Amino acid sequence: MLEVGRLNEGVVLDHIKAGKSMTIYRDLKLDKLDCCVAIIKNARSQKMGRKDIIKVECPIDTLDLDILGFIDHNITVNIIKDGDIVEKKELQLPKEIHNVIKCKNPRCITSAEEQLEHIFILADPKKEVYRCKYCEEKYRGHRNK
Amino acid sequence: MRHLMSPMDLSVEELAKVLDLANDIEKNPEKYAHKCEGKILATLFYEPSTRTRLSFESAMLRLGGKVLGFSSADSSSAAKGESVADTIRVVSCYADICAMRHPKEGAPLVASMASQIPVINAGDGGHQHPTQTLTDLLTIRSMKGRLDNITIGLCGDLKFGRTVHSLIEALVRYEGVKFVLISPEELRIPDYIRDDVLRASGHEFTEVERLEEALPQLDLLYMTRVQKERFFNEEDYVRMKDFYILDKSKMELARPDMLVLHPLPRVNEIAVEVDKDPRAAYFKQAQYGVYVRMALMLSLLGLGVDLC
Repeated sequence: MLEVGRLNEGVVLDHIKAGKSMTIYRDLKLDKLDCCVAIIKNARSQKMGRKDIIKVECPIDTLDLDILGFIDHNITVNIIKDGDIVEKKELQLPKEIHNVIKCKNPRCITSAEEQLEHIFILADPKKEVYRCKYCEEKYRGHRNK
Repeated sequence: MRHLMSPMDLSVEELAKVLDLANDIEKNPEKYAHKCEGKILATLFYEPSTRTRLSFESAMLRLGGKVLGFSSADSSSAAKGESVADTIRVVSCYADICAMRHPKEGAPLVASMASQIPVINAGDGGHQHPTQTLTDLLTIRSMKGRLDNITIGLCGDLKFGRTVHSLIEALVRYEGVKFVLISPEELRIPDYIRDDVLRASGHEFTEVERLEEALPQLDLLYMTRVQKERFFNEEDYVRMKDFYILDKSKMELARPDMLVLHPLPRVNEIAVEVDKDPRAAYFKQAQYGVYVRMALMLSLLGLGVDLC
């Protein structure tokens, strides 16, 4: 496998579905971070055949990892400190999602007032249903985009 | 500070107290005639609504308060591009309580998030219309004596009819309520009400297309208007608008004590000849609308039922 240097402190996102790393790059707003980010596409994986990996060298609390639970809860999140994995974070569905997905209801106030945050609330954790905070429209898109 | 966005914002206990207060206002109006002296209601109506706006205004005037506001987006700062949040921040300086109607769903919630005064959702698109639901509940409880163990038929536009959605959500909190959903295929109840409200609550419900089939089993028939403003396509509206017409002959199929409710205004869905039938309760319902808005505003202003 292609070697990318070890992290001293940061986060490694492993087992990303092959080809989805750029979506996650955008959703985690990694483009706005002023730190070292490595994206490995189509790495060989025993479990998945092919997978993507993202390595981010930054303090852990810089990233909103909750959103990963919404995107794909199969992603493995390794927290790195002093060059070692100190925690494998379990992903959970976030209770609220801000500005990641957009309400598609043409009658929703967010369609008229562009400066409003797009907020979705976890309405049913069992069925993994999210609803727009304003109009309560169900999110019908694919989460694992 | 409390707002009212959905009828579900009030617990069953709080709701019962608000309805009790409304009944007391009905019996002793003079006791409440000066309760809101010095208070101002702002009616921010971004789309036309004579009935709801006048009901709110009448309610505040009967409590001794005053009213200001606008009745269309054209005559408001929205025409200049002002956001809902900015409008309510300013209105918070002018009034003590606000009733907002807006064609966009969730607009009153946006207002409540920025407001310094209680905001009442007076209807937001096809989403919620909580004070109509309080009106419906007060009418049913006052005229039937109960909110539980009733069979209610909801007829007409069940897809876009926000009054129907809100009423179903409110009634599933009571035991033994059965729903008969009467609509054409195109205007059936949305999935989120069928699955997440009706099925999730375990209440019995059936969906039928023919009104005649449903009528004999009903304690209440809730008629709705097919609303032109909810259709993007004129052709669809024309096809749907006269799908149901309740007339004298259909009323003969109903029980002698069945009540007919309608949020009004009606167009063709209830023939004028039905107005003389003692089971026609829709004008009385409008009267109850004023009492319940009086009770609600008193309570949100800290002068009625404790909602803190």
